[in-house]
Amino acid sequence: MGKTTTSAALAMGLAQRGHRTAVIDFDVGLRNLDLIMGCERRVVYDFVNVINGEANINQALIRDKRCDTLYVLPASQTRDKDALTKDGVGRVLEELAKTFDYIVCDSPAGIEHGAYMAMYYADDAVVVTNPEVSSVRDSDRMLGILSSKSRRAERNEAPIREYLLLTRYAPERVAKGEMLSVNDVREILSLDLLGVIPESKAVLNASNSGVPVILDTESDAGQAYNDAVGRYLGEDLPHRFLEIKKKGFFSRLMGG
Amino acid sequence: MASFSHAGADSPKPAFELKAATFTLPVIRLLGVDMDSVADQLGIKVDQAPDFFRNTPVVIDLSGLPPGAGQIEFPLLVGLMRGFGMIPVGIRGGTEEQHQAAEAMELAILGDAFVRRTPPRETPNPPEPRSTPRPYSAPVPPVGEESATASQRLVTRPVRSGQRVYAPGGDLSVIAPVSHGAELMADGNIHVYGPLRGRAMAGMKGDTSARIFCQDLQAELLSVAGHYRISENIPDEVKGVPVQIFLDGDVLRVEKI
Repeated sequence: MGKTTTSAALAMGLAQRGHRTAVIDFDVGLRNLDLIMGCERRVVYDFVNVINGEANINQALIRDKRCDTLYVLPASQTRDKDALTKDGVGRVLEELAKTFDYIVCDSPAGIEHGAYMAMYYADDAVVVTNPEVSSVRDSDRMLGILSSKSRRAERNEAPIREYLLLTRYAPERVAKGEMLSVNDVREILSLDLLGVIPESKAVLNASNSGVPVILDTESDAGQAYNDAVGRYLGEDLPHRFLEIKKKGFFSRLMGG
Repeated sequence: MASFSHAGADSPKPAFELKAATFTLPVIRLLGVDMDSVADQLGIKVDQAPDFFRNTPVVIDLSGLPPGAGQIEFPLLVGLMRGFGMIPVGIRGGTEEQHQAAEAMELAILGDAFVRRTPPRETPNPPEPRSTPRPYSAPVPPVGEESATASQRLVTRPVRSGQRVYAPGGDLSVIAPVSHGAELMADGNIHVYGPLRGRAMAGMKGDTSARIFCQDLQAELLSVAGHYRISENIPDEVKGVPVQIFLDGDVLRVEKI
C-alpha cells in the first residue's frame, strides 16, 4: 500500500524543511524502513534493544547521510512483535519528544499489535490508502480504531487529527472504471486528502536504491509527496497529477 | 487450601467485589411440552432474527403450561436452544418435580414472585406481530418528555467500519456518514443525516413501531424489531434518496419521504 514509502518520504520532507525528525519502524520482524532509507548497513541497535534497555536511544538512532536533521530508528528483524510493550514504546517516544520536532511512526499492515503500538500515542495520523474498494474499507476500519483505541481517546482528549493520503493513483485506470476516483474515496471516508501520489515507476526505483522518493524531485511522485508535506505544515496547495497526462506527438510516436 | 480471608497487616488487595445487578432477559414461555413443535416454531423465530438469539441468555418460563402437562424433556430443550445459539440460564414457575429436572440440567431456579398467571392463549400459534420474544420484565418504552430526552443518543463523528453504536432504551441520531461494516442499533428509532452504508437495526427490544429514517440509503442491512432486509432486497429506486423504514404488519417497508 505504501506506508513505509510514505513514512520515509514524509519524514525526509519534514527534515528537509529544517525540522528535527525521527522516523521509527514499528514493523518488528518485517523491517523495511532501513532499506528504503538506505541505511540498512549501518544498523547496530534497534527499537526493541532500546525498549529493553540494552542500548540507549542515541546509540540506536541512525543519522541520515543526506539530511542531518533526519534520524532513523530501525525495527528488529529477529524479535517477535510482542517485544513492543505499551510502556516501553511510551518511554521511547517521550525521550525522543524532548529533542525532536516530529516523530514519524511507520505502522505495520493490519490491525494487530504493532499497528496499535504505532498509533496509540499519536497526535496526528496519516492513513495511506489505495484507490480500490478493499483498501478504502480497511482504511475506514483503521480510522475507526484511531478514534476509539488511542491514548487520546482513552483519556477523553481531543481526537487524533486524521489525514488521508491516496497512493498509486492512476487517472487512466480511473477513467476506465478500474479504480475509485479521488472524489469517490473522499466521499466514502468523508475526509479531505493530504495528497494524491500518482502510480509511478519512480517509487519502485527509489525503494530499490534506498533513496526516499521525495528526493527524486524530477518525478511526479516525488513532487506529490513534497506537496503533501507542505499541506501537512499548513500550506494551501492545489492537488496535481489527478488528470490523464496528454501524450505529446513524440511520445506517442515512441510508444511511451 | 487457599483462604480468601487472610486478616492482618499483609492482607492482599481485594481481587473482586460482590455486587447485585438487574438484567433484562428474554423469556421463552412454554405452552406445551411437545418439543418437536417447540423446535419447529422456535426455528422460524430464530430465522427471522438470528442476531437476537446469538449468545443470548434466555429464561424458560413454565407458568404457562396447563396443569398435568407431563414431563418436560429438559435435555432436549436445552440442546435445542443451544443449537439456536441461545444460552438457557434458568427456569421460572413450574412444579417441584420440574425444578428437580431443571436442576439436573444445571439450570437455575429463578423466583417466580412476579409471574403473572395469565392463562395461555386460545390458539397454539398466535399471529404475533413481532418476531422476538419480548421479555416480560422489559421496561415500558419511555413515553413522557423526560425519559425521552434522557435515553437519546447523538453521534456527530463518522461511524467507521467495524464500529458499533447502540442506543439502549431510546433513539439514535447520527449526523455523519455511516460506513460499510458499521452497525447502528437502537431500542427506539434511528435517524441518519448522512449516507447510511452500514447496518441499521431499530426496535432492538422488539418495538414494532420503531422506524429508521435516513437521508441517503445505501445500507447493507435494515431491520426493525428483528424483521430485516439485506441490500439485495432493497429496490434500487429507494437507494440514494431520503427514506423511512417501518414495519407494516410483518412486512418491512422502505418508502421515500
